[in-house]
Amino acid sequence: MAEHIVSPKVYIIIFLALMVMTAVTVAAAFVDLTFHLGKHVVDGAVQYKYNINVNPAVALAIAGFKAALVILFFMHLRWGTRLTKIVVIAGLYWLAILLTTVADYVSRNMMTYPLQ
Amino acid sequence: MPDAHSTVMGTDTAHAHPMLQHHFDNMEQQREASFLGMWVFLITEIMFFGGLFVAYLVYRYLYYPAFAAGSSSLDIFLGGFNTAVLIASSLTMAMAVWCSQVGKQKLLILFLVLTLLLGLTFLGVKVIEYNEKYVHHHIPGHNFHFVDEVHDLKVDQGQAQLFFSLYFSMTGMHALHMIVGAGLLTALIIMALRGMFTPEWHTPVENIGLYWHFVDIVWIFLFPLLYLINRTPFTHT
Repeated sequence: MAEHIVSPKVYIIIFLALMVMTAVTVAAAFVDLTFHLGKHVVDGAVQYKYNINVNPAVALAIAGFKAALVILFFMHLRWGTRLTKIVVIAGLYWLAILLTTVADYVSRNMMTYPLQ
Repeated sequence: MPDAHSTVMGTDTAHAHPMLQHHFDNMEQQREASFLGMWVFLITEIMFFGGLFVAYLVYRYLYYPAFAAGSSSLDIFLGGFNTAVLIASSLTMAMAVWCSQVGKQKLLILFLVLTLLLGLTFLGVKVIEYNEKYVHHHIPGHNFHFVDEVHDLKVDQGQAQLFFSLYFSMTGMHALHMIVGAGLLTALIIMALRGMFTPEWHTPVENIGLYWHFVDIVWIFLFPLLYLINRTPFTHT
């Protein structure tokens, strides 16, 4: 398998996509993306049981997509050998395990500790 | 004595590229091995930055209001500008790799110099930002003082210090990688000026390119996490 040469046209398209997504992520940060669920009325005032803010999820989804474009095209992983691909995927899998550490902190408040 | 050597190794070294190391069968195998090796190194780097990201996520979860207030005090224009600069530098780096693949020696030097200049621009903007933190007493330590001017909320000084500690350690480690990258690019420019890169052998351009793109990816995550936590009217706790 000879070295794959990616044409500059592809690089420029990826570059433009990355720039557009940067603009989108900045714009999205200024919009309050909160979903209000579980509407109910308390003493005549409308209240919601759940207020789910998806701003961080949107920002990270865009960042993840940008990173994927850089890895696949700029870093040529799309044309890499199967061995390289599986090594990278395994590395990212270990990163995912590392990131689940956060779940410990998030879940501690979920149940009440049986204090006296 | 190349003939005697080739008999021992069982390979045709008479036609071998001078850059082919003796433990590889051919240039193709050597190139793929170095590509894989660079990726393994980058994965250790990903795990290293991963630790910083976990620390950030834990404290952001615990002290969200202070983190949102600290984040809103950062200059979104400079941060966004730097993001664009880094993405542009990734493009010029990718173009440099292409030049080395097709043997455009002069264009290769041009793109390497452009990449270096964009990298230095990023670092220059970072200096401006760090100076702002110094002027506003936003550097964690004895003289730290943070007032939430955007949302006008009372912010715990200790929690705000944690945000700025993470801001400085994460952007600082990133900037250190940029400085190393600038040094590597300088070495590449010298090698390119000596005409060392050919379509047959240009592994340093490719691997330093991989490193440069990796540093770009770290910033792609740092920018939204540090600068864009909550730019909307403060409604969450």
